[in-house]
Amino acid sequence: MATPKDKVLQMRRGAVMRLFESKFQNPTRITVGSATCENAAGAGAVYDAFAELLSKPGAPKVALGRVGCTGRCDLEPVVSVIAQGHIPVKYVKVTPARAEKIVEQHIRGGKIVDEFTMRHVANLPMTGKVVGVCGGMHCRQGQGIREAFLRGVEEQGLKEQVAVTTSACFGLCERGPNAFVYPDGVLYQKLTPEKVAKIVEKHLKGDRPVAECAWGGKRIANRFLPLYGDEAFFGKQLRLTLRNCGVIDPESLDEYVAVEGYDALARVLTEMSPKQVVDAVVKSGLRGRGGGGFPTGTKWQFAASQKADQKYMVCNADEGDPGAFMDRSTIEGDPHTILEGLMIGGYAIGANQGYVYIRAEYPLAIKRLERAIADARAAGLLGRNILGSKFDFDIELRLGAGAFVCGEETALLKSIEGSRGMPRPRPPFPTTAGLWGKPTVINNVETLANVPVVIIDGPEWFASLGTAKSKGTKVFSLAGKVNNTGLVEVPMGTTLREVVYDVGGGIKGGKAFKAVQTGGPAGGCMPAAALDTPVDYDSLAAAGSIMGSGGMIVMDEDTCMVDVARFFLEFTQDESCGKCTPCREGTKRMLEMLERITKGQGQEGDVEKLLRLADTVKKASLCGLGQAAPNPVISTIKHFRDEYDAHIREKKCPAGVCASLVTYSVIPENCTGCTACARKCPVKCIDGAPKKAHVIDQEQCIRCGQCLAACKFDAILRK
Amino acid sequence: MTAQEEKVTTLAELPEPIARFIDETRDRPNADSYLVAVLQMIQKHFGYLPAGALNTVSQKMQIPAAKVTGVATFYHFFTFVPKGKHTVSVCMGTACYVKGAGILVDRLKDLLGIRQIGHASKDGQFTLEVARCVGACALAPVLIVDDKVYANVRPDELPKILSKYGFKPKAE
Ligand SMILES: Cc1cc2nc3c(=O)[nH]c(=O)nc-3n(C[C@H](O)[C@H](O)[C@H](O)COP(=O)(O)O)c2cc1C
Repeated sequence: MATPKDKVLQMRRGAVMRLFESKFQNPTRITVGSATCENAAGAGAVYDAFAELLSKPGAPKVALGRVGCTGRCDLEPVVSVIAQGHIPVKYVKVTPARAEKIVEQHIRGGKIVDEFTMRHVANLPMTGKVVGVCGGMHCRQGQGIREAFLRGVEEQGLKEQVAVTTSACFGLCERGPNAFVYPDGVLYQKLTPEKVAKIVEKHLKGDRPVAECAWGGKRIANRFLPLYGDEAFFGKQLRLTLRNCGVIDPESLDEYVAVEGYDALARVLTEMSPKQVVDAVVKSGLRGRGGGGFPTGTKWQFAASQKADQKYMVCNADEGDPGAFMDRSTIEGDPHTILEGLMIGGYAIGANQGYVYIRAEYPLAIKRLERAIADARAAGLLGRNILGSKFDFDIELRLGAGAFVCGEETALLKSIEGSRGMPRPRPPFPTTAGLWGKPTVINNVETLANVPVVIIDGPEWFASLGTAKSKGTKVFSLAGKVNNTGLVEVPMGTTLREVVYDVGGGIKGGKAFKAVQTGGPAGGCMPAAALDTPVDYDSLAAAGSIMGSGGMIVMDEDTCMVDVARFFLEFTQDESCGKCTPCREGTKRMLEMLERITKGQGQEGDVEKLLRLADTVKKASLCGLGQAAPNPVISTIKHFRDEYDAHIREKKCPAGVCASLVTYSVIPENCTGCTACARKCPVKCIDGAPKKAHVIDQEQCIRCGQCLAACKFDAILRK
Repeated sequence: MTAQEEKVTTLAELPEPIARFIDETRDRPNADSYLVAVLQMIQKHFGYLPAGALNTVSQKMQIPAAKVTGVATFYHFFTFVPKGKHTVSVCMGTACYVKGAGILVDRLKDLLGIRQIGHASKDGQFTLEVARCVGACALAPVLIVDDKVYANVRPDELPKILSKYGFKPKAE
């Protein structure tokens, strides 16, 4: 009888055939990014423009498709032109007009439109080949590999054709040092300077890969490599969770199945007992990515050991941290992975029903999940007797209704049950008494997306990535005042500096770095001195923040840290469900104090009061919301005490943010007397005749800043 | 009967798809748990939760009115006042805030003459809201008008964006 494995293999054959006929048979493919961010940037119109251009009579034969988030949010919409044997060309900030030029010049004329490409924007040479030398911890010990490549390329006169860069860990540490050559997709292992010389001569110059130095295996982590085309951004990344994001069409089951989708499920159903699955996850060292960092295998073990007539698996896709969008992007880019992770979890703990609790604010993610669930059900991957294995499992979506506290697991369960989403004390933990009192496992989106990787590539391999206590990778949504904003995934142990400066490309507009915030309203702000902290659960906690779910916001000299603390407190205070007093009253009083300080009404001793109250709220609150709410205040006081003092003692906001503490004045030398500011001023407090320098009446000024926005000559000073 | 009493005891007819959804889910295990989903459908249909509709939900789903109200008032997403024709929301996520979303809110209040978040302009054209992070942080600050997301919005662009929805700026 056909096993689940046979069945998925058969599905894969069919999928690949269909894709070949519809897509890969074409010499060229064009993919348009299609996620919430991309659509906001105008990707929909761009897709339509391509569709129209390519459907005209006599148009070149090109397969057009959509993919999920491509990661580079600041450059969206991103369009890739992928031709066999070439480095994919990524066009950025594409508009319908640019689309026309791309079709005309590149697709028809075979000439890349240089000025629209990502490499042009990133100021990288347009070379024929790129060598990515692994910069991971293990490989770095094999000194001199990068230098050997650079020397060889120089000696052979290949500088115009070959670029040499540093890449993140390829996840092949046991075979390091490694280097990867793309677009050819060859991964070299156990390199020595002698081998490098040979590779340079035979492969880089002669275009014949050196088979005896190459690694013949396959690994999920390497799937993304041939599609880089933007090594400045992707070089330091290692994509496991996001392995398919920006690669496959998220609305196509065929595309997911073609890239080993549902392989892990098939393997689990065919050859592993539930206990073996739990053991594998334990062994992998995978920890929860939702913020807590609880070992996933242990959680599954607890639920698996419970005797009950019904158990549940829940995926937490509430993603309430303001400033985080990795779970949304993962679902929008690769929804089937989440379903597969849930199903494997269900099999492991003995649950037949799964729920995805997702925020109503994510309509596109919801639509793609609904579609994925329907497709999986139609293909026999969900429902009764999955793949003939006698395992039943089904998944339902439940929508959140805008309450941050519902991300907390006990509140989330209440919300799924249709009640007010209020947390309750633990124990009992949900693994004992969860949904409707039955044993329930709640896992974050990213946690579940890692599960198929653990199964396919093995727990030992997964455990070889990262640091001693934090395994694998972490996805961050990098935003704020950094050049490359977007979705990044780095191996655990990468330093904050590497994320902000290498992947993120440094601070926008050449301003000075001030702080990086992780963990959202539950986390803290880390100053420049902490930039060399490695990204892992324990190091970030030691540095006064938390790993959190993955929001990472970069702040520069123009950010006021007191105002940031106030912002987060306003958030938690508003989201406090009101059940327990320390959180309900404590956050309110803390917020009032912070508001006073930012208005210039702070008093000596306020900081000490804040710290004392923070301590009480932390210790006495019922759930994680209150327990973590003071963190932004504590960490900003710890690292930026001078800013608090400036607000309280000198009544000044050094960053010029707090409206009551800034003044606006005219710089007479720059003022041309154009009267633009005087016309905009809502209280008419700007005086001055046309063509003469204006003056702001400080008594009447309400500090709204409209004059600053109106001035085209940099003549308004904000201090 | 006073007007107030009448309001709380009237039953409003639910739109057909919502009534059908309640009927379809009635026999499923834990049918109560669809309450939030039903409220979401009602809000989507009417733009807010009319009192009469809540009473009907209570009857049809056999859930005490107190619980229905309790749930409806708990979640930020639900509102009890009718909305303007268009909804303008400013994202107040961290990235947007750091990049000046607060200034956008102030400007919008000014432009639309709306004093309080959640309320509609006098002409009933616009409701101003602040959104929890919509997850488009890399495009901060963002503004959402109905379903369309505007990226990297500057305060001086606001009149132009609003004019697409029939806004006429006051003469300066
Ligand atoms: C106030 C609060 C909000 C939370 N929000 C989320 C969230 O949005 N997403 C999430 O996965 N976990 C969130 N958590 C953590 C969950 O309670 C829970 O630990 C997590 O979903 C477990 O999954 P994991 O072990 O895979 O990380 C939140 C916790 C608290 C206290």
